[in-house]
Amino acid sequence: MNMIEVENLTKRFGSFTAVDHVSFQVKKGEIFGFLGPNGAGKTTTIRMLCTLLRPTEGTAAVAGFDILKQPDKVREHIGLVAEKLILYEQLTAAENLTLFGRLNNLPEKEIKQGIEKWLNRLHMEQWRNNQTGTFSTGMKQRINIARALLHHPDVLVLDEPTLGLDPQTTRAIHEFILELSQEEITILLTTHDMNEAESLSNEIAIIDQAKIVAVDTPKNLKRVVSNGDTAVIDIEVANLNETMLFSLKKMENVASAVETEPYNLRIHMKGDNAASAIVGAIAAEGGQIRAINTVEPNLEDVFLHFTGREMRDKSTGKVAPSQRSLWRRRSSRVR
Amino acid sequence: MFQRIKKAIIHSYRLGVKDLIVFARDRLRLITFVIMPIFLMIMTGYVFPNQNALKNAPLGVVNLDQGTLGAQIISAVDRPASGQNATLLKLTYLGSETEAEKEIKDQMINGAIVIPADFSAKIETGQQATVTSITDQSNPQISLLMSEALNRLMSAISTQMATEKVQTLVPGVADPSAVVDPFVVQTVGIIPGNPNYFEFMAPGIMAMVIMMAAMIGLAGSVSRERELGTLDGILSAPISRLSIIVGKSFAQGVRGLLQAALTLILAILLFGVVVHGNFGLLILLLILTVFSFIGIGIMISAIASEQETAMTIMMTVMFPMMFLSGAFFPIQQMPTALQWISKIIPLTYSVEALRKCIVLGTGISGMLTEVWVMLAFGVVFMAIAIPVFGRVTTR
Repeated sequence: MNMIEVENLTKRFGSFTAVDHVSFQVKKGEIFGFLGPNGAGKTTTIRMLCTLLRPTEGTAAVAGFDILKQPDKVREHIGLVAEKLILYEQLTAAENLTLFGRLNNLPEKEIKQGIEKWLNRLHMEQWRNNQTGTFSTGMKQRINIARALLHHPDVLVLDEPTLGLDPQTTRAIHEFILELSQEEITILLTTHDMNEAESLSNEIAIIDQAKIVAVDTPKNLKRVVSNGDTAVIDIEVANLNETMLFSLKKMENVASAVETEPYNLRIHMKGDNAASAIVGAIAAEGGQIRAINTVEPNLEDVFLHFTGREMRDKSTGKVAPSQRSLWRRRSSRVR
Repeated sequence: MFQRIKKAIIHSYRLGVKDLIVFARDRLRLITFVIMPIFLMIMTGYVFPNQNALKNAPLGVVNLDQGTLGAQIISAVDRPASGQNATLLKLTYLGSETEAEKEIKDQMINGAIVIPADFSAKIETGQQATVTSITDQSNPQISLLMSEALNRLMSAISTQMATEKVQTLVPGVADPSAVVDPFVVQTVGIIPGNPNYFEFMAPGIMAMVIMMAAMIGLAGSVSRERELGTLDGILSAPISRLSIIVGKSFAQGVRGLLQAALTLILAILLFGVVVHGNFGLLILLLILTVFSFIGIGIMISAIASEQETAMTIMMTVMFPMMFLSGAFFPIQQMPTALQWISKIIPLTYSVEALRKCIVLGTGISGMLTEVWVMLAFGVVFMAIAIPVFGRVTTR
């Protein structure tokens, strides 16, 4: 049974298209990862599924209810952990949970039991009567997740759930998410963290510039990048320069070439005898190859394969290498 | 259907109580909540110029009189007779009119009186003498108050002189003052006791704090939750959009009423204001005031997506209301065009009704117009605002 069915979901804000004819399905109990850079349209899609935004075109069903025709039913079956915390800092953990339990029409007894259960599972029971404003970010996020689960939703929506958390809390939350999926809770997870997407998701949708470019299991996605006539290699060239990179990118055997580290190229190759053609081309330009390694592709490579761009978080200020000159990068990175 | 309405009411109540708890636990907001009415009372009550407020106003004195009457007048100005404010003026003695003018230009004194050289001589020979009063028009309020005070002092002295003269000229007159001033005007107020400026101000301030709570408080609270992200939590819960806005209005209404009550208590305890009307009616009027503003508040909170925008719109709307409503300045003082504008401001009616109730002790039958207008404002604005709010929350 499909817990989420999305069909041609589109959202435009004026002339800007934030989500462009997105379609996908999520089976019950699955963890579905939504992977893409910031601004790709992940949050907008999620907000439409949570009935917080009205789609411009297309529709979706959550837990069997249409988001346009039965928004209240959808709200009953969905738990939202948004990018911003949904918690009142002046209320205690228990008060926050009680409030949202009541807004979800839970009987008082069930609210009490729910608070007990989820605070215990998230190791927050001793903090129940403290105002959440005094909590650390990690603690707040635990209460926030408990709040989203209190009315036992069928679908839990997690929008960048570990953004800005320390590694320990991140790991704890990852384990908790895996536990939840064992309990038949369907999880829709957005992230721009490759590892998070890869280690949690049963299926991943790669979204870029408002469109889904690929949907499959992590394994299958990676297989697309390295099977038969495609593969990924790292080449270290001692005297790498702009012209060399430029002529490599023009080659038929090169799907993409990116300088991932100084003097180090990651090349997605395709076609017969691609490796020797590439090595030959570098040698022809007078390049001194120090090392060649084949690479087990990760989701970063998958993203690169489908979009031709490196996926970097815009918010960290890192820019895709092709947008900066090689010279400047060399002078600024002293090793 | 009945079940749904019941649920919506319960949800509204829960959300309202949540807002009040959040508010009550925010120490800074709680402090401003108490301090604001006090500040407003003090500011409006003391800072706005009125007759009694003139204290130690520096006045220049130029006495060129060669006789003794000039000196007598000056000492009468310096130490006014009982009944006059003893510290009204602070005298500075100067040598000439030019010097006085220079001192005014340097803002060392607010005005000056000049007694001419032939002052005593003229009076003693039965001619009318002149005292020149130089005013500083750059500060119209002070200049007006000062010349009023001087005129009062001067006419008192002049009357006294005339009385003495009548007595010497016409011996045997039973009451010489009756000759000088054949009649006097006696002013009788319709309010018992001695009402002060605060009685004029208190109703205005009460209406204003309610307006602020209903408009700033409501729009601020919605846009704050929108920015924090908690609004998404409420919106993604299976509750009616109406519950959200009713709950918030309820919380802000309670807040406004409490603040108005606090204002009234302060006015009674600290500023000697007496409530002449019915307390029940007063509470009803305050609730009506909340009602008349809530719609505008909802509308602004729906339109403004950010807290800052909400505040900017608020200020633009609120300032004209504050000054044109008659809360601080009598409407009768305004130009005709502004008087018309003041008629379309709900605050005007609220202030008017509250003033009637508190100061004059009028019953509800005497303020039906105000009551109907406030009800109409509330209904019309809510009818516009609530659908707008509903649409904006699910774009």
